[in-house]
Amino acid sequence: MTYIRPNFRHPALPRNELGYTRRDYEGALSTLCAGCGHDSVSGAIIQACFELAIPPHRVGKLSGIGCSSKTPTYFLGRSHGFNTVHGRMPSVATGAALANRELVYIGVSGDGDTASIGLGQFAHVIRRNLDMLYIVENNGCYGLTKGQDSATADVGSASKKGVPNPYPPIDLCAMALDLGATFVARSFSGDKRQLVPLIKAGIAHRGFAFIDVISPCVTFNNTPQSTKSYDYVREHLASTGTLDFVPVRQEITADYEAGYTEEVTLHDGSVIHLYKEPDLDVHDRHAALRAIREHKEAGRILTGLLYVDPDSADLHEVLQTVKTPLRDLTAKELCPGSRALDAINASKR
Amino acid sequence: MQPLASVNEFVIRFANVNGTGSASANNLFAKAVFRMGVPVSPKNIFPSNIQGLPTWYEVRVSERGYLGRRGGVDMVVAMNPQSFAQDLACLEPGGYLLYDSTKPLDPRYRRDDVQFIGIPCTEICRREFADPRQRLLLKNMVYIGALAALLDLEFAVLRDLVGEQFKGKEKLIAANIHALELGYQYAAEHYACPLELRVARADAVGDRILMEGNDALALGCIYGGATVAAWYPITPSTSVIDAFEKYAKRLRIDPGTGDHLYAIVQAEDELAAIGVAIGAGWNGARGFTATSGPGLSLMSEFLGLAYFAEVPVVLIDVQRAGPSTGMPTRTQQSDLFAAAYASHGDTKHVLLLPASPTECFEFGALAFDLADRLQTPVIVLSDLDLGMNDHVCDPLTWEDGREYDRGKVLSAADLDALKERFGRYLDVDGDGIPYRTYPGTHPEKGAFFTRGTSRDEYAVYTEDGEAYVRNMERLLRKFETAKSLVPKPEFRPARQETREGVIFFGTSTPAALEALDLLAAEGHHFDALRIRAFPFTAEVEAFLEAHERIYVIEQNRDGQLRKMLIIECEVDPKKLKSVRHYDGMPITARNIAGQIRALKGATVTPLRRKKTG
Ligand SMILES: Cc1ncc(C[n+]2csc(CCOP(=O)(O)OP(=O)(O)O)c2C)c(N)n1
Ligand code: SF4
Ligand SMILES: [Mg+2]
Repeated sequence: MTYIRPNFRHPALPRNELGYTRRDYEGALSTLCAGCGHDSVSGAIIQACFELAIPPHRVGKLSGIGCSSKTPTYFLGRSHGFNTVHGRMPSVATGAALANRELVYIGVSGDGDTASIGLGQFAHVIRRNLDMLYIVENNGCYGLTKGQDSATADVGSASKKGVPNPYPPIDLCAMALDLGATFVARSFSGDKRQLVPLIKAGIAHRGFAFIDVISPCVTFNNTPQSTKSYDYVREHLASTGTLDFVPVRQEITADYEAGYTEEVTLHDGSVIHLYKEPDLDVHDRHAALRAIREHKEAGRILTGLLYVDPDSADLHEVLQTVKTPLRDLTAKELCPGSRALDAINASKR
Repeated sequence: MQPLASVNEFVIRFANVNGTGSASANNLFAKAVFRMGVPVSPKNIFPSNIQGLPTWYEVRVSERGYLGRRGGVDMVVAMNPQSFAQDLACLEPGGYLLYDSTKPLDPRYRRDDVQFIGIPCTEICRREFADPRQRLLLKNMVYIGALAALLDLEFAVLRDLVGEQFKGKEKLIAANIHALELGYQYAAEHYACPLELRVARADAVGDRILMEGNDALALGCIYGGATVAAWYPITPSTSVIDAFEKYAKRLRIDPGTGDHLYAIVQAEDELAAIGVAIGAGWNGARGFTATSGPGLSLMSEFLGLAYFAEVPVVLIDVQRAGPSTGMPTRTQQSDLFAAAYASHGDTKHVLLLPASPTECFEFGALAFDLADRLQTPVIVLSDLDLGMNDHVCDPLTWEDGREYDRGKVLSAADLDALKERFGRYLDVDGDGIPYRTYPGTHPEKGAFFTRGTSRDEYAVYTEDGEAYVRNMERLLRKFETAKSLVPKPEFRPARQETREGVIFFGTSTPAALEALDLLAAEGHHFDALRIRAFPFTAEVEAFLEAHERIYVIEQNRDGQLRKMLIIECEVDPKKLKSVRHYDGMPITARNIAGQIRALKGATVTPLRRKKTG
């Protein structure tokens, strides 16, 4: 495949392998509140796609409804996006990915969109192991409808309204692990160093990659009593260790820090270098669940890559669909023609 | 009482227990009559249950070709003790009742005007077959064999059908034919065969076929190029997807690799099912879902999105009796409103209204062309009667070389050639239909954001009221354009000039046409219009204009089609008389004729109460 490169080149701007600058991956100007965590996540997605040198028009951006779900307008302006209905992005993503297996699919959702109205669809897109990156921008509240508690709010956490939340939270990472997700990570919108390589790895991963990104809502849930505020998250962050992502094409030339304790080779040949605490085995689902729980009990939010299974069968493999995108098939391939119909008529006589 | 006498015009009802394997035997009967050149119309009347409850299979045999439900039963095969009293009661005077005479007939069940025919089906099977399961299944074949003698079915035809059904399983073929023979012999030895009621070979079928609507719809989806099917199980639409999978496995496999040229997703619910189909449509593949009433209700939010964001998608609604769970295994035409105006805000959807399996096939394929051309949901409204019963219909045809109409889609080259800025929602051609691009088409041009929120012609979010109204008006223009693309209604003039008409659609058709013949014989003549799509086309408006009084026949309580005609065509409501039937059983000609007679009578000679002093 050939792509037309941008003709204007600012000499000072760094370029990726395809000759694009970071700017080629940007979208429309954000209309979110200044300081909203979601904008940082958009920035990380732009950075990751730029560094991965994905052709900037070869991404399908999907979202539900919410402030978080608005963000696909703010990155990758050359790619098509689909702001679907509240909580139902996973099904639309499923259909889109089935229609054309050659694009990269990035879904952005909120904690309301995923953990409440969309909990069912979230569970089932995991079970299908759809080849996509699914990011939840988790602020513990419904930003767009002005700050009601969401299902990920911790017990006792209070938003601007000041009423402590009485209901136990849903831990989306734990749920994803339990339902068989093949790539599970948690991160923080304020930690680009961790988030960008996670997004890159999530995109490279074949199958369903889930990243729960704590992304504070400065307007409604950044209070001292909130466990999703910038301050609280910074103070209670724990990490499974830092990581680097090495795309398959860069392996020879790239110069990466030595000293990683493990490398995970993904299905496409790219590599995740993990600089981690020795106690978490990222191939052990149960260990990941345990680690999440233990950190939570100790009052810490465990971030980083939690689990990865690089060799799982994604939905296309399970359904054994053709390599050609379904949408490119024509009547010639799809229509059995009049002779086959004659035989069917004959069987109905 | 004289026993009923008729050759090739009667109704026979099989009464069985659900889950005893009677379905395939009864089907064999209908098919045998059909193969003898006599049109048949079988109806499954089944409970919402897997095993144990009563189930009926009613076959109308009609050489004259009347294939709606007639009403009344001439012969009953009463194999279910539970429903015996009811089955005996439903018989016309002079009718026949075939029962299992292994046990003597309960003396409470007597009717002097009915011919009782005892065949010891259970005993015969107990004597001849060792395996208990086989005994149960072959009992059904014994009564079919007896019917062959009683009704003069050609045994060779039955033998052929059994051979085809169990192709390659010689043991099964032998056992089934043996059971047929035992039933045949018993009946021939004990009764004067054939009866006055019987079948005689005829030539009234021509090249027509016997097929279920759901089967044909699925095939329409295959031929129409559907590649993504998403669904959630619900009677009576499940067999659409079952059939789609069956045909896809046969006709949509890459011969080299064995890979599938289709994808089927059994979704977690109907919300997801239509979401998957819409995702596929957005990304340029042909996606569809099949459901019934409750699913349609769940899908309505997504339908609004697809309408407003202009994403092609096909929805097959096989209607059943509502509201709510209603009568899940009974038929109705009661989703017109729910489908035509599904979703909040000002929405309208294109509906296709097939009346036969042949049309199910044609409309199934056409729906995808229309959805792509109009960039909007297209809903095919079938129903349980059409979908789950066999119907005699014209053979399916396909013109080789027919290409799919993918609508206004710009390629990378088109985008390069474009002088102006690409506007996703710009009405370039004045028909209300804008141009779209598939995701990933061009590195710099043509990308846009699809959303259910208001936007301008360039797909940029806006809350500007004027831009919103411009867009809504364009959508209306598009709906006008749809009128020129959807199937036109079918007009059938009366034999005499008349200012009266009838309008009907879908499965009300065969009964309506038969009713018109009944009424014509009494000297009442009506022009007839069968509506095949919504929006209503100019021909519908002209018909309404040309007639003084019109009877609108439909299978729902509220007269939904009539009301839609009033709203959409702004016709005088007094002109439209409502003929309705909605007890879950297919409408009958007798019922329609009776209602029309009563309505006519009410207007010709108004009833005046006699005053008594
Ligand atoms: C069916 C439906 N119900 C309710 C709403 C209103 N609504 C819009 S966004 C939202 C919550 C969004 O919360 P979240 O997903 O956490 O996104 P955030 O704004 O916090 O990023 C709700 C309830 C809607 N759009 N659709
Ligand atoms: S309301 Fe909260 S979530 Fe929404 S944009 Fe503002 S800060 Fe972000
Ligand atoms: Mg939120």
